[in-house]
Amino acid sequence: MNVGFIADAIPIYGRAIIVTLRIAVLGILFSLVIGVICGLVAYCKMKAVDKLTRGYIELSRNTPLVIQLFFLYYGLPKLGVMLSNEACAVIGLSFLGGSYMAESLRGGLEAVSKVQVELGLSIGLDTFQLIRFVVFPQAMAVAVPALGANCVFLIKETSVLSIIALRDLMSVTKELIGMYYNTTESLLLLVVCYLLILLPVSFGLTFLERRVRYAEFGV
Amino acid sequence: MTAQKRDVILDIKGLRKSYGDKIVLNGVDICVERGEAVVIIGPSGCGKTTLLRCVNGLETHQGGTITIDGREAGSKNFDWILVRQKVGMVFQSYDLFPHMTVLENILLGPLRAQKRTREEASGQAIRLLERVGLADRVNDFPRQLSGGQRQRIAIVRALCMNPDIMLFDEVTASLDPEMVREVLDVILGVARQGMTMMIVTHEMGFARVAADKVIFMEGGVIAEEGPAKEFFTLPKTERARRFLNTFYFE
Amino acid sequence: MRNSGFDVLLSLNNLRRLMLGLGGTLEIAAVSVAVSVILGVLCGFAMMSKNRAVYALFRVYLEAFRIVPILVWLFLFFFGSAIVFGANLEGWFVSVLVFSLWGTAEMGDLVRGTVLSIPAHQWQSAEAIGLTPWQVRRFVIIPQTLRRIAPSAINLVTRMVKTTSLVVFVGVTDILRVGKQIIEFNMMKNPMASFWIYGFIFLIYFLICYPISRFSKKLEEKWSY
Repeated sequence: MNVGFIADAIPIYGRAIIVTLRIAVLGILFSLVIGVICGLVAYCKMKAVDKLTRGYIELSRNTPLVIQLFFLYYGLPKLGVMLSNEACAVIGLSFLGGSYMAESLRGGLEAVSKVQVELGLSIGLDTFQLIRFVVFPQAMAVAVPALGANCVFLIKETSVLSIIALRDLMSVTKELIGMYYNTTESLLLLVVCYLLILLPVSFGLTFLERRVRYAEFGV
Repeated sequence: MTAQKRDVILDIKGLRKSYGDKIVLNGVDICVERGEAVVIIGPSGCGKTTLLRCVNGLETHQGGTITIDGREAGSKNFDWILVRQKVGMVFQSYDLFPHMTVLENILLGPLRAQKRTREEASGQAIRLLERVGLADRVNDFPRQLSGGQRQRIAIVRALCMNPDIMLFDEVTASLDPEMVREVLDVILGVARQGMTMMIVTHEMGFARVAADKVIFMEGGVIAEEGPAKEFFTLPKTERARRFLNTFYFE
Repeated sequence: MRNSGFDVLLSLNNLRRLMLGLGGTLEIAAVSVAVSVILGVLCGFAMMSKNRAVYALFRVYLEAFRIVPILVWLFLFFFGSAIVFGANLEGWFVSVLVFSLWGTAEMGDLVRGTVLSIPAHQWQSAEAIGLTPWQVRRFVIIPQTLRRIAPSAINLVTRMVKTTSLVVFVGVTDILRVGKQIIEFNMMKNPMASFWIYGFIFLIYFLICYPISRFSKKLEEKWSY
């Protein structure tokens, strides 16, 4: 084990972690936005738009991120749509994540009982108020575990971003192995970096899940 | 409580409703005057719950008219969202909004639907809670309350909207027997204050005390109606007599 | 740019090569799925043993594959093999190995969870009508397990097919690599090639995965009682 090499490599990995995290955070945020919109469209059964979002969800869930990214980064510019690799990464991740978030949220929305909807209606709330104050908060509580699992999934999916020339953990590792042959050290750092990102997220979510499940609204 | 001039608040004429082939309401006429407590009784499946749900717009009717406060449902200047703010409803399932405290539950309608100020509305909420003996539970969550307590809160939630009329749909049917009384007492108190109400119930003792008028429904039509005292002591129809007899053991 | 460049997909030779690449991808998926199903079922039943150490071991194995991205596992086995054996294992072999290890863990967890989800009274009432232990499994437990597990197991197949897109990282000649070669070959003649080729590959993956997930959803609706 070459300690000197590890010490030298740490800053490089540090920068790569930041790239990964930045894209993951942006991707997750946009995924949530897309997910909320598509989830509500499905829940409210808005006829025309529902077909569209349904199509998007199936397309996104049944294709791999690698292929989506290749098309975005190498295919689309031919139609005149030029995007930086970071923009591509965020768009690709959101395109993928949006459908997962939508499905989880729809599950949560459908878990809210019909009685709750009628209660809301009976006190004179309009549709927007009904969703905003009655249905959505309850749906979120049900959906938290699934949404959390999606976050972990999306962070893991960022591992393919080197395919569009992004300097993330994978590309840094490959580069260092190619240049210096410090394979053991590079692979070790790679795994450690991913655990550093994913373990806290995973534990945090388990904690959150437990709170939502057991402390259900005030016990 | 007999008004000199008829002040009709709810007028139902020839109401019809069916689910597919099954006819639930087959031409129902009911007229409710301000301050009147109308109790609707009848065997299960006679359409009494559906009737209440139609009055609150939770079911759409297929024939006849519902006129609330002079406006006919479905006409141009009629908006269910506004009407529901004036028609309070309490359901059989004693559900509150589980993610809100008692106070938030009560204030949701007044603040969001009616756009009243928090100060004014919460003052009224606390006064109403005191009346039903639950002022100390304002900050509790529904899970921490018993079924009877929840149902009393649900009544307060509807009252706090200052409704013109209250609809009670078998509100004690799902409760444990020992909690029925506390809820009925609250409803009786509200009735004594002159609130207009339509009550669907199986509690005959309560109906006898609370009702100004009793409506007996069977098979989607009104089989008999009349003042409470007459109805319970001397029902005119054989069907009503048979129905009432099922509640006594002699 | 005189034409749309779509003709790159009309060339029989190109299509044949893409399909060969796809064959390679699907071969990896098929082998991994087969291994995962067989080992996963064994693994799942082994995990129901009362031995806590065995269970703990399985749990660590499963969580390790869940928390670390599959691509990182591919790297570990691909580059790591050089340390252990002095030479890189072949990308094809590494891919099958990693996908199978992952699939076995997921499948094992599914089997374990499903069998445990069958209520105890099913065992008891089957024994009560005089069935032998083997008959209980054959006629009561296994049919119910199969029905419950089918949708999620098929879902796992979709996930594994999608994951095969990663093999390009360890130098396997899959549909993506073939596509890249065709694009490079046509660079001068047909600058639009990358749009059509990558669009085509995108569509191919969808056409493979969509029916499978549709099937899984149908089964779920049909068999949920």
